[in-house]
Amino acid sequence: MKAEGKVIKYGDNVDTDVIIPARYLNTSDPKELSMHCMEDIDKSFMDRVKPGDIMVGGKNFGCGSSREHAPIAIKASGISCVIAKTFARIFYRNAINIGLPILECAEASKDIEEGDKVSVDFDTGLITNITKGKKYEGVPFPEFMQEIIKSDGLINQIKKNLK
Amino acid sequence: MGMTMTQKILADHAGLKSVKSGQLIMAKLDMVLGNDITTPVAIKEFRKIGLNKVFDVNKISIVPDHFTPNKDIKSAEQVKFIREFAREMGIVNFFEIGQMGVEHALLPEKGLVVCGDVVIGADSHTCTYGALGAFSTGIGSTDMAAGMATGEAWFKVPKAIKFVLEGKLSKWVSGKDVILHIIGMIGVDGALYKSMEFTGGGVAGLSMDDRFSMANMAIEAGGKNGIFPVDEKTIEYVKEHSTREFKIYEADEDAEYCEVYEIDLSKIKPTVAFPHLPENTKTVDKAGTVKIHQVVIGSCTNGRIEDMRSAAQILKGRKVHPDVRCIIIPATQKIWKQSMNEGLFDIFIEAGAAVSTPTCGPCLGGHMGILAKGERAVATTNRNFVGRMGHPESEVYLAGPAVAAASAVTGRISSPEDL
Repeated sequence: MKAEGKVIKYGDNVDTDVIIPARYLNTSDPKELSMHCMEDIDKSFMDRVKPGDIMVGGKNFGCGSSREHAPIAIKASGISCVIAKTFARIFYRNAINIGLPILECAEASKDIEEGDKVSVDFDTGLITNITKGKKYEGVPFPEFMQEIIKSDGLINQIKKNLK
Repeated sequence: MGMTMTQKILADHAGLKSVKSGQLIMAKLDMVLGNDITTPVAIKEFRKIGLNKVFDVNKISIVPDHFTPNKDIKSAEQVKFIREFAREMGIVNFFEIGQMGVEHALLPEKGLVVCGDVVIGADSHTCTYGALGAFSTGIGSTDMAAGMATGEAWFKVPKAIKFVLEGKLSKWVSGKDVILHIIGMIGVDGALYKSMEFTGGGVAGLSMDDRFSMANMAIEAGGKNGIFPVDEKTIEYVKEHSTREFKIYEADEDAEYCEVYEIDLSKIKPTVAFPHLPENTKTVDKAGTVKIHQVVIGSCTNGRIEDMRSAAQILKGRKVHPDVRCIIIPATQKIWKQSMNEGLFDIFIEAGAAVSTPTCGPCLGGHMGILAKGERAVATTNRNFVGRMGHPESEVYLAGPAVAAASAVTGRISSPEDL
């Protein structure tokens, strides 16, 4: 599995309240949620984001609430992958469970800049910065989680196992 | 190598003699929890599996508490959706308005969580039940759906940080100040993916309400769970609230901890977390002059009876500052009644505070106390992120109930000693 796109970059501790403010959680419709994605820290996000773009954050990305609406909103906005130094654990689980590809890589998180063109290979964890001509080694998913991703999410895996 | 308390609970629920940190396991669940925001998404995922029943109608709790009593039509539709699902599935623990409370205050009070349980909840503050010596952690809606279907969840066995608590808390200092102090010390990712195990001679002096508010905010340090050893106070609490059998787990003496912190409880002062992260802590004497517009006393962190009593002790015979709205929210119907019977509402109302029915409302900027641009609140809640309580340019300062009540009186962040 691969992703390639232009980078939209944020800092440390991007929390789920700024990814999708609670005032919009009276719906669970992905498209409606995505309309408000990131708006409290970046009003231009939804105007700028193009399908396939890659979001890069610093440490503790997705901290805070357990709302699955956060990775749902990011995915529905067209973002193909999130790279961060570290992810908050509930966000990490949720992203895998709903099939939003994510990757931890400290070097990439530091070095990649807004607007860089980047490609990601999820099988190997290799991140290529096409703009800068650099490569970074991300941490690939453990096999257990790759199985969930290959099944296209946790629910499909359970369905498969119940048969 | 021995196991931590968390590892022992997880091993037992996975049917294994022992587990190691980093190991991936499937564990049996004693309770699966959801609220009015996370359950609708979980139901949609559950339907995709194609089952027509949940794994156990007694081991699922659904608590509409975030936008309830329904704040708008969309919220009402969401609650209607989960209510109908609960009825269709025969879920026993669906709590309607009039019986509900803020979920993490409600479940222990209803005896739905006991020592040694494994609990997942589609709410990040599910870690609260660590106060009872249970393993409990927040997960998302898809995990909730999977849990409702199979009664199991996958976990990566966490490493642990040990916090050795010694000494006794000073006057006006509560569990909230201790956990804010700890988050200030280790940071909002200081316990990322890890357990926070609280031990030491100081635990005995902490009330159950202190322990609930400390375990509640483990997630604010990035923790997977926060957990307390089971002692006489825990057993007394569990026996008073539940008829379920419980199991007591203890960490092995040779359990491995990646870090150990020793904390002298007597040295902790009333603490405030400044915007926009719970790690931005200062002791209240170093807060400077911060004028405020609102005070919220309530939430899954601090809406329990001791919090109400602490606020009342300060507000008794005093008035809320004319520039401040003070909103007090007992977290459950039981706490509400108890506060009423103890005369605390007379004190609150005479002081000029508003008392609300149980809701999470203002904590997450849902309703019942939203901030306008440029406004500041002192809240006994758990998060002060950008826009958390309303306008993206508003500010939330986190504190315990004593500091919150004192600040309501003076109109600026204040210590009870300042009054």
